[in-house]
Amino acid sequence: MLTQEMLDSIKKVEAKRKANAALEPERMSADAKDEVLKKYHPDYIESQFTDLVMGVNKGEKVPLELAELLEGKSRIKASDVDLSNPKYDVDVLVIGGGGSGSAAAIEAHRAGANVLVSTKLRIGDANTMMAEGGIQAADKPNDSPEIHFLDAFGGGHFAAKKPLLKKLVTEAPEAIQWLNGLGVEFDKAEDGSMLTTHGGGTSRKRMHAAKDYSGAEIMRTLRDEVQCEGIEVVDFSAAVEIILDDEGKAAGAVLMNMETKELCVARAKTVIIATGGAGRIHYQGFPTTNHYGATADGLVLAYRVGAKLLYPETLQYHPTGTAYPQQIYGALVTEKVRSLGAKLVNKDGEVFMHPLETRDVAAASIIKECRDGKGGIKTPFGEGVWLDTPMIELKNGEGTIESRIPAMLRMFSKYDIDIRKTPILVYPTLHYQNGGIDIDTNCMSGVENLFVAGEAVGGIHGTNRLMGNSLLDVVVFGRDAGKSAAAKAKDVKVGKLTLAHIDSFEKEREEAGVTTDTLSPKLLPHYAREVS
Amino acid sequence: MSKNGMVHIYLMGKQYEVPEELTIMTAMEYAGYELVRGVGCRNGFCGACATIYRIKGDQELKTCLACQTKVEEDMYIATLPFFPLVKKVYDIEEVTPSQQIMMQLYPEIYSCVGCNACTKACPQGINVMQYIAYAQRGEFEKCAEESFDCVMCGICSSRCPAGISHPQVALLARRINGKYIAPESAELKERVQEIQNGTFEDLISSLMNKPVDEVKKLYNQRDIEK
Ligand SMILES: Cc1cc2nc3c(=O)[nH]c(=O)nc-3n(C[C@H](O)[C@H](O)[C@H](O)COP(=O)(O)OP(=O)(O)OC[C@H]3O[C@@H](n4cnc5c(N)ncnc54)[C@H](O)[C@@H]3O)c2cc1C
Ligand code: FES
Repeated sequence: MLTQEMLDSIKKVEAKRKANAALEPERMSADAKDEVLKKYHPDYIESQFTDLVMGVNKGEKVPLELAELLEGKSRIKASDVDLSNPKYDVDVLVIGGGGSGSAAAIEAHRAGANVLVSTKLRIGDANTMMAEGGIQAADKPNDSPEIHFLDAFGGGHFAAKKPLLKKLVTEAPEAIQWLNGLGVEFDKAEDGSMLTTHGGGTSRKRMHAAKDYSGAEIMRTLRDEVQCEGIEVVDFSAAVEIILDDEGKAAGAVLMNMETKELCVARAKTVIIATGGAGRIHYQGFPTTNHYGATADGLVLAYRVGAKLLYPETLQYHPTGTAYPQQIYGALVTEKVRSLGAKLVNKDGEVFMHPLETRDVAAASIIKECRDGKGGIKTPFGEGVWLDTPMIELKNGEGTIESRIPAMLRMFSKYDIDIRKTPILVYPTLHYQNGGIDIDTNCMSGVENLFVAGEAVGGIHGTNRLMGNSLLDVVVFGRDAGKSAAAKAKDVKVGKLTLAHIDSFEKEREEAGVTTDTLSPKLLPHYAREVS
Repeated sequence: MSKNGMVHIYLMGKQYEVPEELTIMTAMEYAGYELVRGVGCRNGFCGACATIYRIKGDQELKTCLACQTKVEEDMYIATLPFFPLVKKVYDIEEVTPSQQIMMQLYPEIYSCVGCNACTKACPQGINVMQYIAYAQRGEFEKCAEESFDCVMCGICSSRCPAGISHPQVALLARRINGKYIAPESAELKERVQEIQNGTFEDLISSLMNKPVDEVKKLYNQRDIEK
């Protein structure tokens, strides 16, 4: 039930809706953006970060929760498994069955490699399945890969690795074509041209979508293709350690059955980490939009065998997480709601910012409005500002919400909120891991034969990612990682397998004075209530 | 009725007292379950959490997604974390967008008895029986549109006396529609060609080679399409 405070505030929102809809709020200047970020964005709260005391990134800062995992204890001892008796022996091992893992598996398989996909939950239980808004590509006549580059480079604070970003934008149109060729549906006009919208930080309308099930449509199609091509997939099978060979090259992984905890060895000529993000680490106590298995495992696996991380200190807080009702607290309200015309409005019904600033700026502005502006609208467990969804139909006509964002309509209607009539309460939620494992343009990490794709990569986007560029990187870099790993596998002669790094990492822990007992990778969050 | 905001639910027949504002999924966690099965996205997209329940004294057997459904007093809950759907293997390049393909791959759809149990059971509110009818007739575009919100939880198939794997039929229809029936984008095709011809190579290289201050200026002054 909406509280009296909410109802009163809604009246003010309604009264100003027409005027607000017509308004074109000003965009912030570069200086104003910097200021709001420094003062209000969670990435800038120094006390929430610490310097790593060991490993390749020693001395660099990461969130407290991530440091605990990166410097954590292995879940196994080398003696727990028999390395001379692998259960699987393949060319390419793909760890993670989300979008990037599936794209990689398909391309590696097509390149002639014998591929195994090992994934923690079921294939498709992944952040990719949840993406709503869409995927970017510069395919409109008024757009170009170079404009796409500038948008993404600026949006990521000029910190992206340029060759990676170049790859992202120049291979984007082909990625869309590849997906469409597999049968992925896109919103199209009668003549076949793509229906595209803006996303935060885009200067051209280049967001391609499949209603607001864009990720689901991509994921279920890729999963189907993996199955149609007969690629072996093992569900409920988490990687808990990377295995190296005696030359220090990646040569497989130890896999753990998530139900029975049984361990087994997968030997491979090349390995691809495609384990996705970290929302379920709940940095700084934020709720998250991510799936249940998003626990930064790939970063931990890679770090322990000596792969370098890039920008692990930057997280993306999505400005519009659900602030009310409780059942969907933290769940994503897709940016497309704002692309379609809904504005952010405060307690008194005033538009307090341009709805399509980049995500970090938008999140910081909402936190600012709640903390030092008009104040947030209180909920039983937090606060939020309004996202005035009825404005969408005021601008674009009745029926727009149902046809363009049906998932949003359904999500709220389950709790008796009709977003066509009532605005919704939002507050930032933990959404995306901007940083990750450092790679070269062949998707290889600092450890030979260890490839990475998708959200586990760092550096493609810099220190902030634009909406729609992640599904894109999943496809572009997923496919490329698959091709590179398959090509590389052709020349690889796997040496003697070893897990010696576990002991040496443990020794390094001791020397660095790390005394925690935290086991990592985390695998799953702990939500079960302690019942005594 | 609920007391002090708590309700009684029965997980696989065993009673627990849980706060009434929880979903079935979070109620299980409140009861002490550390979930591995039956949970994926936690937000209604992946279909991992198919669930069957009955309210005590009520004849009707209900179905839902556990992450999307609030608990109720006297709810008897059984989870359905896996359902053996039939998935046929095909080469999408070889498939033709005609009725034959359905007859060949999923002939059981023609044994639909019209009981509509699938539609009644769908937690997404999809008219499942209708999209199967479209599939029978080879009307893939309509089948794709009607089935679009399917999360492949498999509840429909668990209720089907004809043994149809509805979500797989729908997926095939959508792939056919996406690939063969929806018109191709000419703009997209052209752009891919331009990129292959290296049309933008110089523009991007020159942008990449500019000092960062200059790029910042370009970024801050770029014109934004209305
Ligand atoms: C709610 C939501 C909405 C989004 N909307 C958009 C959008 O509109 N546009 C956009 O571009 N991006 C969007 N994103 C971001 C984008 O969806 C993700 O960044 C991207 O899909 C990640 O793909 P991935 O393949 O790297 O990871 P995932 O798809 O998350 O796949 C990773 C897989 O690895 C598995 N795994 C994890 N650890 C292990 C382990 N130890 N062993 C084995 N397997 C493991 C996981 O279970 C999972 O299946 C959204 C994200 C979310 C959460
Ligand atoms: S957990 Fe994905 S639909 Fe419920």
